[in-house]
Amino acid sequence: MSPLLSIDNLSAVSRRDGKPILRNVSLHVDSGTIHGLVGESGAGKSTISKIILGIVSGGVVVTSGSVMLGANDLVRMPEREKRVLIGSQMALIPQDPLTALNPGRRIGDQLTDSLRMWKGMGHKAAWARGLELLDHVAIRDPQRVMGLFPHHLSGGMRQRVLIAAAFAIEPKLLIADEPTTALDATVQKQVLQLLKRLQAEHGTAVVFVTHDLGVVAQICDAVTLLFQGKVMEQGTAETIFNTPSHAYTRALLAASPRYDDPAAGLNPIDDAVIAACRAEVAQFDGAQHA
Amino acid sequence: MIELVAKRAGMAAITLFGVAVVVFVLLRVAPGDPIAMMIGPGATAEDIVRLRASYGLDQSLFNQFWIWLGSLVQGDFGTSISRRVGVGQLLLERLPATIELAIMALLVAIVLGGFIAIIGTLWRRHWSVGAVDGVNGLLLAIPEFVWALALVLVLGVALPVLPLSGRINPSLPTDFKTGFYLLEALLTLRFDLALDLARHMAMPVLALALPLAGIIARVLREALGEAMMQDYVTLARVKGMSELRLILSEAMRNAVGPTLALTGVQFTFLIGGTVIVEKIFSYPGLGNMAIDAVINRDFPLIQGLVLMFGVIFILINLIVDFAVVAFNPRLRHG
Repeated sequence: MSPLLSIDNLSAVSRRDGKPILRNVSLHVDSGTIHGLVGESGAGKSTISKIILGIVSGGVVVTSGSVMLGANDLVRMPEREKRVLIGSQMALIPQDPLTALNPGRRIGDQLTDSLRMWKGMGHKAAWARGLELLDHVAIRDPQRVMGLFPHHLSGGMRQRVLIAAAFAIEPKLLIADEPTTALDATVQKQVLQLLKRLQAEHGTAVVFVTHDLGVVAQICDAVTLLFQGKVMEQGTAETIFNTPSHAYTRALLAASPRYDDPAAGLNPIDDAVIAACRAEVAQFDGAQHA
Repeated sequence: MIELVAKRAGMAAITLFGVAVVVFVLLRVAPGDPIAMMIGPGATAEDIVRLRASYGLDQSLFNQFWIWLGSLVQGDFGTSISRRVGVGQLLLERLPATIELAIMALLVAIVLGGFIAIIGTLWRRHWSVGAVDGVNGLLLAIPEFVWALALVLVLGVALPVLPLSGRINPSLPTDFKTGFYLLEALLTLRFDLALDLARHMAMPVLALALPLAGIIARVLREALGEAMMQDYVTLARVKGMSELRLILSEAMRNAVGPTLALTGVQFTFLIGGTVIVEKIFSYPGLGNMAIDAVINRDFPLIQGLVLMFGVIFILINLIVDFAVVAFNPRLRHG
């Protein structure tokens, strides 16, 4: 079976200074699996998710490669068709639930946008479905919440609303852009469990962007590790965690805080490993120019 | 709520009292004597004294003010010196004409400014936005009286398509029951009258509306541009909304609030602009009468007009304050 999302040899540069942002990235996501996209700030994980969703800023130019959703190449599609495809088949769970809801629109209206746009539902039918969706993400008194404005809800509630909205159209592909970073640790866990449950129920493919390896270990089936826009290591979660082959992966794993073993303390990544990664990236760039 | 209204009413009363004192004192300190404007060439010194006494202008400044204020609180604005008619009656006659003019100008400014802002936001990453910037800049740079003169030259003289002056063709029947001619003509389905009224209003309305449209366009575009960068717009874009829909249904409702507050302030400037524009187009409103009143040193009429403008300004500010709250759900329940 061919994967649902295939990114092949995707490269992108900054429009301003032509510096590479993505270096020949390939990754494949099968239906019904969660693919962790891991890296530190500036590794390009957000850029990849934005390219997939067609919301990449004007400062990023895709220079080569393809992003295929089924048989459609998102990089080369006409804007209008791309908008329809993304709107009807994909969804985004954003990073910050506090800014991702329109302060001037009622929860119910924002929740049911996609249903009215892509499921051909009238206002009444969409509203009824919205109630079910809220109920499904364990929001109490959905009737009341539908009529509220975002500022009435807590951050955790808002993230639940956003998750409900993302699953509203039963998307084939879901991009979760660090969906728990802005939440309290206690809420984080609930939201992750919720996400995992809905994903399993709907058989949705998920690209899960994060810098938190602990989160990856909890929910991801496969992992791609990025450094400066280049794939460092890729594989199943099991392989990555049990038998990491790249020095960077091993260093990252070693640097994760050990809640079970406080005596281990915090181990910052060795400068030598970072230097080796930089050298690898430089070598790649050199090969590109030659 | 009642407390708020009472507070605003109290503030309004204090403001108006201040306006009354300032205009009263300024008029009497400024050079120019209404009696000198009235007397004929053959008047004797006794005639002048008698005339002065009959208008109470021989009394002390404080007494004059006290008499005027006393009648004012009873609803008596005094009698116009130059027109020999009650000031209250004159104001009521002219007020509807100016309100119609100002409201029409405001509506045109909102529609035009809104349109420019939306186009500018839609094209914000395209080179053609330069054309929008140019138009917007022109609107901002040119004051209403220059627009008035330019419109007279182009649409009144070079291509005489619009009437140059007045409010309605004098040959048409003007048996209106209220002063709101345009509104009344529309409500009574007299579209022939409405069309003539609209043709007469077109140039003064445009002259007043264009600068305000420029300001609305500038502020709204700024606010829309800001809103379009918010996360909720990005999320709505992922939902598959078109760019125009993003602007209209996502960004607009959050951009209207800040624009509204400024539009209110600028609308009071537009009311100020009616003075000169009504004069240019001989439009029978308050502003036109204000210029005549000043020329004739018609103290009671000037005082009444200034107070009337004061009331209008206070009301506009009040309406804007409530409108801003109505457009922001976060303030609504606060």
